[in-house]
Amino acid sequence: MTRTAPRTLQVGKIGELVPRVDAPPKVKGEFAYASDLIVPGMLWGHTLRSPHAHARIASIDIAEAVAMPGVHAVLTHADVPGQKTYGLEFPDQPVLAIDRVLYYGEPVALVAAEHPEQARRAAERIAVAYEPLEPVADMERATEMPELHPEKPTRGHGYFEDPRPNVVRHIAIRHGDVDAAGDVSVSGVYEVGIQDQAFLGPESGLAVPDGEGGVDIYVATQWLHVDRAQVAPCLGLPLSAVRIHLAGVGGAFGGREDLSMQLHGALLALHTNRPVKIVYNREESFTGHVHRHPARMWCEHRATRDGKLVNVRMKILLDGGAYASSSTAVASNAASFAIGPYESPNALIESTVVYSNNPPCGAMRGFGAVQTCFASEAQMDRLAEALSIDPVELRLLNALKPGDVLPTGQTITGSMPIAETIRAAAALEPPPEEPLPRDVLRLPGGAGNTTNGEGVRRGVGFAVGFKNIAYSEGFDDYCAARVRLLQDGSAEVHCASAEVGQGVTGVILQVARTELGIDDVRLAPSQTATVDSAGSASASRMTWMAAGAVRDACRAALGEQERRPGEEIDVEQIYRHPRTTPLDPETGQITGERAHVAFAACAMKVVAEVDVDLGLTRVVWIGAAQDVGKAINPQQVEGQIEGGTAQGLGLALMEEIQTRDGLITNASFTDYLIPTALDMPPVESVLIEDPEPDAPYGVKGVGEPPTVVSTAAIASALRAATGRDLTRVPVRPDDICL
Amino acid sequence: MRISLRINGEEHQADCWEGESLLFALREKLGFPGSKNACEQGECGSCSVLLDGTLVCACLVLAAQADGHEVTTVEGLAGDDELHPVQQAFVEAGAVQCGFCTPGLVVATADLLRRNASPSDDEIREALSGNLCRCTGYAKIFDAVRMAAARA
Repeated sequence: MTRTAPRTLQVGKIGELVPRVDAPPKVKGEFAYASDLIVPGMLWGHTLRSPHAHARIASIDIAEAVAMPGVHAVLTHADVPGQKTYGLEFPDQPVLAIDRVLYYGEPVALVAAEHPEQARRAAERIAVAYEPLEPVADMERATEMPELHPEKPTRGHGYFEDPRPNVVRHIAIRHGDVDAAGDVSVSGVYEVGIQDQAFLGPESGLAVPDGEGGVDIYVATQWLHVDRAQVAPCLGLPLSAVRIHLAGVGGAFGGREDLSMQLHGALLALHTNRPVKIVYNREESFTGHVHRHPARMWCEHRATRDGKLVNVRMKILLDGGAYASSSTAVASNAASFAIGPYESPNALIESTVVYSNNPPCGAMRGFGAVQTCFASEAQMDRLAEALSIDPVELRLLNALKPGDVLPTGQTITGSMPIAETIRAAAALEPPPEEPLPRDVLRLPGGAGNTTNGEGVRRGVGFAVGFKNIAYSEGFDDYCAARVRLLQDGSAEVHCASAEVGQGVTGVILQVARTELGIDDVRLAPSQTATVDSAGSASASRMTWMAAGAVRDACRAALGEQERRPGEEIDVEQIYRHPRTTPLDPETGQITGERAHVAFAACAMKVVAEVDVDLGLTRVVWIGAAQDVGKAINPQQVEGQIEGGTAQGLGLALMEEIQTRDGLITNASFTDYLIPTALDMPPVESVLIEDPEPDAPYGVKGVGEPPTVVSTAAIASALRAATGRDLTRVPVRPDDICL
Repeated sequence: MRISLRINGEEHQADCWEGESLLFALREKLGFPGSKNACEQGECGSCSVLLDGTLVCACLVLAAQADGHEVTTVEGLAGDDELHPVQQAFVEAGAVQCGFCTPGLVVATADLLRRNASPSDDEIREALSGNLCRCTGYAKIFDAVRMAAARA
């Protein structure tokens, strides 16, 4: 069932190690990212953003800005021709602030000018009179504060009707006897800070008016068709007059699911009748996209004396920030995967996400499961300690398997090799401890360490995590692909999937080559005009969904070719994964066969060292085993495991957006740290291939599971090294100085 | 002001505003968008170029400071249809995902291998610690550096 990646490059079918088609232009600096686009006559757009987390807007005076040199347009909410609000799932966010701002960095006005500096300077001359209001800054107090959204945008969507103010969604999963007692019980309160996707390519795009009232938007995004669905109504245009084209994407990780410059660029372009480019700088990027929800979690695990879980009770509170984004799904995911990949006959899991005046939160790799994995895996370690059972044995004893029932009542019918995954990670052998003295680069803190390592303690940690693949809870999740068989014997594939760096372009080509039996296959540029939606490059779904759609379109095209030999063939197919249904709003139980279509897990063993005198850390080695279904391109799968692990390491050790009364205080790469080449240890990975029966070729998504688990696994190793509880990530130096 | 500089072996001129960085001039005025703009404060290395042979962040150099000097960008490492050995290794090792950090890392790696033909793992990590990558976790980048060094 396990495999390691082949080491020689091959031609390009499924399961082979295929070099990326976009790698040569990327290494040569020739790949066109959204921020690289230039067209003649182009203007530069700039967004004026709120300096307040919560304020009333008394007035906006643009007269002085309009008169600045090089300025072609200054726009406010009054210039939005269509709907004034938009949103990924609920239209609760103004295109431009109307009479109030709800978060630091909320867009208030737009400027287009000849030079970006002219646009910035003109924006400074827009006079906005704010009347600051008390911000809702503490998620625990949000439900006692005045409503930020009195119209309750998420009400009426089949969720539990929570009467408390500022509740975006509350979900309670009641499973079995929620009061069932065990022989032993362990409790803990855990907290996770706000993490930023920190993709390297800041939000960018170019909007080009077509001269007939419509607009073409070239943008770095994750879901072209949902961008169009949000942009067109606000511009007062039919969908056909708004064409979204995928421009080169410099990383995404969930942060490009919501709109950034799309609407603003289009407004400026249509107003000036000139192409308009908007590129955020790093500081603006921190306010330009949603973040990972910060969380507080109260947990109690009850078990028998021999270690079987009896009842897991968790209360999860997530801060959604100012607007809903995908918070309702994040809260539900946090609840669904709260207890980890374990069987418990009873559970009570309550998850609440609130509105506040903190930075808006939404999708980020792991999507709710990261936060709860950190809490519940810490609980499993506590339980192991309380019972004097080996932590890996405790996990194996409770590991989910096909036929088991999840807390939502869903019976697992597909692939769920949790025990195999745990065993494979546990079997990986870390390198022996390196004696002191040693090169300072290999001490905790690296060059920042001023000792000879006298205070260094070593710890080994373990964790396992899982989450869903693709969209859940009844969402109509589909992907379209179109295949053209040309008369020269080649083929052209259209799929509006977003290549965000994850490698879906290669997956599509591998599938098409495999199905068509030819090597000469081309992938057309992703855009909305030539093919239906591919859905989002998120939820670890794109490989599965694109593979399904492209496979079906190839097979349909070959069938058509048999009927009409010698002719050019052009067919489009829609692929859907097995249907899911919503969770019951009162009980959190399934209302059909399943709320989630499939699951993927990752287990990690981590060796970490802590200098307990200095409060410095060094992750020495990580061994990972991941349940991948079928590895379409093993090299790329390993890359996802290594990269996903790095983002979890960042959350464990260094990454947190700092806020004070809702204001971000560290919006730069000087103050918001992400792992460097010196922070990352070697990651040894084992791929567990247990094909998913309902998925094309047996694939599962691979992007998220390593991020879900690595934060928890690293925290576990730091606890082993220090003996401290470490109930909050990122772990701070003060937490680990003994 | 008008600046003149040699880029990848050829003379170029541009009219710049005094506050513009070398990175802005390269990307927006001189037709060399290969160097990327990700932080504008010298933290991420995405804009790494060689200025008179020294590795610098182009965002921290004013365009005016480069007047009369020689700049090598990622576009200048190999001919049009060729890959520099470092570029070839990045492709083969799977060191490229979104690729936004890649031009800077390729330039920094080429600079490292020119100074040190067979760097140790620690030397590789230290030399590349000024280049942030958010996608790969660096493992395949280290593989690429070792691959390029072994072939040289």
